[in-house]
Amino acid sequence: MKITVSNLTKKYGSQRAVDNISFEVQTGEVLGFLGPNGAGKTTTMKIITCFMAPSDGDVMVGDFSILEHPEEVKKNIGYLPENNPLYEDMPVLEYLEYVAELQGVPKEKIQERVIEMVVLTGLNVEKHKKIGELSKGYRQRVGLAQAMIHDPEILILDEPTTGLDPNQIIEIRKLIRELGRSKTVILSTHILSEVEATCDRILIINDGKIVADGTAEVLKQQAEGEEMLRVQIADAPNNDEVISSLMELERVILVDPIKELENGFMINCKESAETRKEIFKLCVSKNWILTQMTPIETKLEDIFRELTTN
Amino acid sequence: MNKVWTISKRELRSFFDSLIAYILIIVFLGLSGFFTWLYGSDVFFVGQATLQPFFSIAYWTLFFFIPALTMRMISDEKKTGTIELLFTKPITDWQLVLGKFLASLELIAIALLFSLPYYISVWMIGPIDHGAVWCGYFGMILMSMALIGIGLFASSITSNQIVAFLLSLFIGVFFLIIFDVLANSFTGVTGQFFSYLSLSNHYGSISRGVIDSRDLIYFLSIAFFGLFLAQSVLSKRNIVE
Repeated sequence: MKITVSNLTKKYGSQRAVDNISFEVQTGEVLGFLGPNGAGKTTTMKIITCFMAPSDGDVMVGDFSILEHPEEVKKNIGYLPENNPLYEDMPVLEYLEYVAELQGVPKEKIQERVIEMVVLTGLNVEKHKKIGELSKGYRQRVGLAQAMIHDPEILILDEPTTGLDPNQIIEIRKLIRELGRSKTVILSTHILSEVEATCDRILIINDGKIVADGTAEVLKQQAEGEEMLRVQIADAPNNDEVISSLMELERVILVDPIKELENGFMINCKESAETRKEIFKLCVSKNWILTQMTPIETKLEDIFRELTTN
Repeated sequence: MNKVWTISKRELRSFFDSLIAYILIIVFLGLSGFFTWLYGSDVFFVGQATLQPFFSIAYWTLFFFIPALTMRMISDEKKTGTIELLFTKPITDWQLVLGKFLASLELIAIALLFSLPYYISVWMIGPIDHGAVWCGYFGMILMSMALIGIGLFASSITSNQIVAFLLSLFIGVFFLIIFDVLANSFTGVTGQFFSYLSLSNHYGSISRGVIDSRDLIYFLSIAFFGLFLAQSVLSKRNIVE
């Protein structure tokens, strides 16, 4: 099921939390929503899930508009809110049954779905405890279980991995990837490695506006058009000569020796295969031996910082 | 309707899980039993087989108890954020409010059910006017509906339970006392107007065994109006500014 967000705006007083954003999410796509705190991620999610009305614009979930058919929209969405609010005084099983009934799961299927979710999220040991007695990680699992209980076409997860330990994080990411094959998933996070690990597409949002949209690779390439190469050159007379010869190359911007690596250099250059060829040819002509040449990836962190700081 | 039932089931269960239900039933029966059998103008003092003392004391206990029941119903959901879960589930605001209304009413009905032994005991003592007793119970239910409506409205406008409690008591005082006082101090149309608004007048006529459609409309419209306001407060989030 496809989500189409068009010209969405949400104002709080004079402040624009979300400022005229538009994007689409296709079926089977996992979209990562990135942005600093207060960028408008949660607000956007709350609008898509019909928790609050937009000041302007519309969201279509499948064929239904959030303004005209909120009931139909809600039926197709599983939502894990940011702080994962839960009824502390209810036992896990009872709570999941309650949510299943509210979501309109047919009566005869409720037990089956609840058991399925308990197994899927690893809640089996804790299922009879009251939610208030659970640790944060388990509460998060209950939150995920309630979001998925009616097998929704769309999952909207606001920071799904907060409070989980590293093993659980990996499990949950795996789960999201699996779900993402057949369902539409939007997840927000500010952990960048999480986005790289789970999302097909990244949307970076800052001050209520979309500042970047694309796969991790595309974003990295767009970032600058410069790349870092890590090279090691043996048999050169001394480092200074290597540096000056490399600097003479047209596409090379900066060369720095690497302290930890003997005869190693970090080359900052224009991104293109030509640059690497030139470095190779230079070494050949000078009779140096090129023992290593590794392109260093631009980190998503750098892109994020560049796009979201003014 | 199914969803209303689901919500009311959960609310009712949470009353029993949190001891509120037991405390309500015990104190309600204890207090009204004390005044029916032991103290003041009790059954033996009056020397008649009547449940009138029970009803007049239950009238005031409900006035205090119902705000205590309804105060947390919506305000607590707001405070803990669970309202976000409910709002993003495929239920309407009406279903939500009605579910909570039904749960409170069910609890009051259970408490009244436990008072049936009083009825039976009085019946054993002497000739009792059965009609008046059933009308009294019917009046209790109607009054509870009105008070629950007011309580839910008070609970919907705040995230603080104490504020909700005090506000619904405050509104309740108007219907139970102040309108009555005003009705007595004004004459003519104003007096009649306040007399119509006074809950004690309508309750009085029902508990005497006279069921008039005007009284029914009175109680049901307060209940409806309270729920309508609560529902409107909740739907305010959908208004596009």
